[in-house]
Amino acid sequence: MSDHAFQNRTIRWVDSRLPIFSILHHSTSGYPAPKNLNYWWNFGSLALFMLVTMILTGIFLAMNYTPEATLAFNSVERIMRDVNHGWLLRYLHSNGASFFFFVTYVHIFRGLYYGSYKAPRELLWWLGLAIYIVMMATAFMGYVLPWGQMSFWGATVITNLFSAIPLVGESITTWLWGGFAVGNPTLNRFFALHYLLPFVILGIVGLHLWALHTAKSNNPLGIDVKGPQDTVPFHPYYTVKDMFGVGVLVMIYAAVVFFLPNALGDVDNYIPANSLVTPTHIVPEWYLLPFYAMLRSIPDIWFIPAKLAGVLTLAFALLILFVVPWLDTSKVRSARFRPVYKWLFALFVVDCIWLDWIGAQVPNDSIVLEGRLATIYYFGFFLIIMPLLGWFEKTKPLPTSISAPVLKAQEKA
Amino acid sequence: MASNSATASGKPPVDASRRDFLIYAATGAAAVGAALAAWPFINSMNPAADTLALSSIDVDLKPVEEGQRLTVAWRGKPVFIDHRTKKEIDEARAVNVAELRDPQKDEERVKKAEWLIMVGICTHLGCVPLGQKASDPRGEFGGWFCPCHGSQYDTAGRIRKGPAPRNLEVPQYAFTTDTTVKIG
Repeated sequence: MSDHAFQNRTIRWVDSRLPIFSILHHSTSGYPAPKNLNYWWNFGSLALFMLVTMILTGIFLAMNYTPEATLAFNSVERIMRDVNHGWLLRYLHSNGASFFFFVTYVHIFRGLYYGSYKAPRELLWWLGLAIYIVMMATAFMGYVLPWGQMSFWGATVITNLFSAIPLVGESITTWLWGGFAVGNPTLNRFFALHYLLPFVILGIVGLHLWALHTAKSNNPLGIDVKGPQDTVPFHPYYTVKDMFGVGVLVMIYAAVVFFLPNALGDVDNYIPANSLVTPTHIVPEWYLLPFYAMLRSIPDIWFIPAKLAGVLTLAFALLILFVVPWLDTSKVRSARFRPVYKWLFALFVVDCIWLDWIGAQVPNDSIVLEGRLATIYYFGFFLIIMPLLGWFEKTKPLPTSISAPVLKAQEKA
Repeated sequence: MASNSATASGKPPVDASRRDFLIYAATGAAAVGAALAAWPFINSMNPAADTLALSSIDVDLKPVEEGQRLTVAWRGKPVFIDHRTKKEIDEARAVNVAELRDPQKDEERVKKAEWLIMVGICTHLGCVPLGQKASDPRGEFGGWFCPCHGSQYDTAGRIRKGPAPRNLEVPQYAFTTDTTVKIG
């Protein structure tokens, strides 16, 4: 790895004993990135930026937060009113969760559109999904910490999902709570885990990047890099482009934090937790709603009661993403050359947004029916469309190399 | 740098000074931005509004008899209030100021001669000196004795012996009436 000759003697001295500078060089200016990456490739670095922002704001919030059931709500109010810039740190953190999920969702959809999960990037895809699942757990536990009504009842509903498991379900929920209902022990452990899990995510991000730098980046054409003429060094070309992306993100993020800080939140969470009264309408945060919609839409299926069927559906909705590299039988990675997949993928994105909307509605008969239809398409996309399209779709011809279409366009001009 | 076929094919060379300017300007702007963004984080660790709101206290001196010493908590620290006797005042004023490690006249350390008010924290390494209770050791000078490293203070709270560098700190205070004092 230490093939790069550094000019600075101190750097050489350190590097021959601990090759941190070689590794840094290897993963920046020494990392050949395809030269045709478009703006959809910005969202990975944006997700990393949000992760760092969440960890930093979180650490400083933790300095003023008290994870104790009778004090937690007031400690958050103290952060909002008394702590210097506490309001800013908290709004950055609470809205940061939404931005983190938004950029992550775009990142995942990007992978699905351009076939980034296909060989040799299956492990890269798996590690990304692992990050996503730990993110959901972290976000859920973080939402419990302010100990408002939504915190408390959200915690009650989500932990009760485990009670659907036959035989041991009740024991598992009691174990999760550390009592017979959500209470102070639950709050304590959720805080401990909410502080721990982001660092677990950071570790998986390290593996995700390691896998990326081994398999190398996919690109909008979905074809392999043929040689150095198809790449540019990651630094400075994509570091600068990524920083531009961060600048755009920060502008939108700041606009929400300063002008619409509670737009994505729920007013009920400004009411202290009360274990005797449930709010009239329980809704999770927007980034979990598609799964919530599926959970509520599932009826009894044969011998499986609706409660268990709903929980299983929710679990399978996530687990199915892990087998996508094998469900998709098409040899072509990028949807640019897949005229049918392209449109069915667009429909899948709409379906996810539809599920998100359904999850926020009061569940009456027609909403439940919509939820079932949307759930059927969600699973149908993976289980029917993906395997069959590989056989039936007539794909467009692939360019011979990443440079070829550019050179052809130059010749025409 | 990887060779780029577009720039190699006869385009004018890059203006290096212009590029340098852009790099320095962008890096400078980013550094200023990072410093500005760091401030709310750093400032959040400063005392919060509710902590500052507790920063002054009123003490009723009526129950403190001559020769008695009272300890009150102010900003989480002990404040020593000493209702000094005539003898203690005379002792404090008889000292040759020039010989002291931290030269200060007794008159500079009190607003009313009989009331000595000081932060009860040793200026060496922050322990609370003994001497508030009648049964405590008060050191050779009749003031306070720090049990941590043996610093000794006189009846004006001035350092006389031991490792402490300065006299016991006199906080900001004012007599609101003859018998009440506002500290802080």
